[in-house]
Amino acid sequence: MDLINAVIVLLNYTIIPALTYGSQLALGAIFVTLIYGILRFANFATGDMMSFGTMFAVLLTYYFQSIGISFGFLPTALLTIPFAIFMMILYMLLIDQTVFKYYRIKKSPPVQLAMVSVGVMFVTQAVIRIIIGPTDRRFLDGEKFILKATEFKEMTGLAEGLTIKSTQMITIVVTIIVVAIMFWFLNKTKTGTSMRAYSDNEDLALLSGIDPKKVVLITWIIAGILATIGGILYGLDKSYRPFVYFNNMLPIFAAAIVGGIGNPYGAFFGGYVIAFAEIFLTYAYKRFLVYILPESLEPNSLMQLLSTDYKFAISFSILVIVLIFRPSGIFEGKRI
Amino acid sequence: MRNYLNIIVAYSIMMLLIILVGIFQSWSIALTIFNYCMISAVMTLGANIQWGYAGLINFGIMGYTALGGLAVVLVSVSPVPEAWSVGGVNMMTCLGIIIIMIFSTRYILKNIQKSKKRNYLIAGIIIVGLILIKIIAGPAIEQIEAVDPAKTGFLGGLGLPVLFSWIVGGLFAAGLAFIVGKVALGLRADYLAIATLLIAEIVVSIIKHEDWLARGVKNVIGLKRPAPYEIDLQTSPWFINLVEKFHSAKLDLANSLSERQDILNQLVIDASSVYVKLCFAGMFLVVVIILLIITQKALYSPWGRMMRAIRDNEEAASAMGKNVVKQHLFIFILGSAIVGIAGAMMVTNDGLFTPGSYRPMRYTFVIWVMVIVGGTGNNFGAILGGFVVWFLWVEAAPIALFFINLFTAHLPETNEIKVHLINSAPYFRFLLVGIGLLFIMRFRPQGIIPEKIIKQ
Repeated sequence: MDLINAVIVLLNYTIIPALTYGSQLALGAIFVTLIYGILRFANFATGDMMSFGTMFAVLLTYYFQSIGISFGFLPTALLTIPFAIFMMILYMLLIDQTVFKYYRIKKSPPVQLAMVSVGVMFVTQAVIRIIIGPTDRRFLDGEKFILKATEFKEMTGLAEGLTIKSTQMITIVVTIIVVAIMFWFLNKTKTGTSMRAYSDNEDLALLSGIDPKKVVLITWIIAGILATIGGILYGLDKSYRPFVYFNNMLPIFAAAIVGGIGNPYGAFFGGYVIAFAEIFLTYAYKRFLVYILPESLEPNSLMQLLSTDYKFAISFSILVIVLIFRPSGIFEGKRI
Repeated sequence: MRNYLNIIVAYSIMMLLIILVGIFQSWSIALTIFNYCMISAVMTLGANIQWGYAGLINFGIMGYTALGGLAVVLVSVSPVPEAWSVGGVNMMTCLGIIIIMIFSTRYILKNIQKSKKRNYLIAGIIIVGLILIKIIAGPAIEQIEAVDPAKTGFLGGLGLPVLFSWIVGGLFAAGLAFIVGKVALGLRADYLAIATLLIAEIVVSIIKHEDWLARGVKNVIGLKRPAPYEIDLQTSPWFINLVEKFHSAKLDLANSLSERQDILNQLVIDASSVYVKLCFAGMFLVVVIILLIITQKALYSPWGRMMRAIRDNEEAASAMGKNVVKQHLFIFILGSAIVGIAGAMMVTNDGLFTPGSYRPMRYTFVIWVMVIVGGTGNNFGAILGGFVVWFLWVEAAPIALFFINLFTAHLPETNEIKVHLINSAPYFRFLLVGIGLLFIMRFRPQGIIPEKIIKQ
């Protein structure tokens, strides 16, 4: 019985939140890695692009709510995803045409493109703040919980309750669907294969008749889908605030590099590595150990390895360690 | 002279703009902007050494700035004896343990062949050390933070003159740069950017959350100043006399003695703030000029030529027998140290240390925009970039407000769009700086004042 209680504690406080957070990071990390692999630059506007897509979802959610459209027990924001994605892709293509294209054709070094993306970051941030303002916004509606702690306790008769928020479930399910479709697209379709070929060796891909314009276009479309969905899921789970999205860029980068940048599978995995490390290292294990250990050994401190203040610092430390010992990432990424 | 014409013109325009702010807004604001421009200029000098001379991309400027600020606290604040007596010994022991850890790891790295055994040994040392530190420091930290938490709750500093901390800030930053350089300098450019950015975030989060060190997010206020305080000036007779002399014409217009006294009081208050800012401006100017002379000399010395050779073609330079890795590390440390000095200057200027305010947007990306806009590889350009971008960053909101009012003049005051735009005027600074960067990158990638190679 104690063992089951201990497992429930872990599930409730670490594993489910980590899976959720990891999924959100993974979507962002695949976005970073795609841009890096195919367009060949580190996109510092990542966080703000995700924020941009989410902004439309927030605004549309408010609009839908005002005219009385809802999605039953699911959040209205899910209905807005197609529209938000559409706006996001339009914005990305506009930026690509006006800004990135010039440097791509000139074959500028990646650093220059990264600096340009810093400029895009500034502009995007300004546009977001001018349109929606910097304040914290919650746009979650519908059922909040799938399973409440009290219900779970009544159902099973255990001492510990298990809570599953609907956003957690939605995040995990949507991520699995999106990522599955994306991997299927990359591996099985002709366009996906040509994208991978372009990522591996640009010259060879061009020689074999792959149209670079089409590859770039598809990349931005996929990137737009990933960025918007990742941003909306994060916003539903926590809340929408432009500054937080900008900051999220850093663990997302960490996830992409830890997994091996340029490698979508690695990025997907890296997201979970970062999320699990952050949550496992900052969780206070006292309640878990109370169930596991015999009474004489019960801990009296919180048994927390690091204070939660260092959440971000953990992901960055992992990145630094990976960079020192295995600079190409856990899965083999691009050569550095 | 011809060579320097564009530099002189650019700087004159910049000065004119600041003087215009002085005339139209107030001299106090103009001097604040000027001081911050100088601090930004020192930061850009540092970043320019790394990027312009050597092509190293350092997005960790925020971390070095924060360390410079920390140095001010650790050097100038007077020590807190109660905190030292409850936790000083333990904290010093921890410092000792860290030093022992570093040296034993070094010893193992040097003397044991690369093998699994070596890795396990190092991991063992680190884990044992961390556990020891946690056990020893844990209770001490709690006790230190319990000492009058509203006012102190930290170990305090050394109580030395604050100007000394500018040098210490540089040294702190240099120390961090040494570690970062050892870890990250082998990486390709954009990885280096991300790695330095994240390491800077780690540093800032440590400063933010280790309250025993510098009060963390509770901030340290009332730091020492190398300039006189406004209150002291307002009560010292020589200063009042000086103000009287300056404004005698204005004072003579007063009708009665009491009115004259009121006007004089107001003038003295204004003048005292201007005087203090002038003192700071003088000190900053000295720092900027010294750094400019040194960096200019270095740029055109054999060493500077070697750095440019390494930047432009690493393989060729290393084939000529130049130690690329060592030189990269050296220049990384040098540039970071200058940024550290700037960080210390900034905290001294503000008189308060607020770790929560160190954000990558303001302290990394804006500084980088300055370097790119000003002119990479040219020190005059870097300083100008610091001035121009900081000026835009501060004055963007008033400028945006002016244009919003201009374009929406026909709309009524209660128009929703107008109100919304006026409320979001502060965010136009991001737009202005971002578009500025994009335009410079596209149409003048070498910056306003491009790098100049003098043939010798």
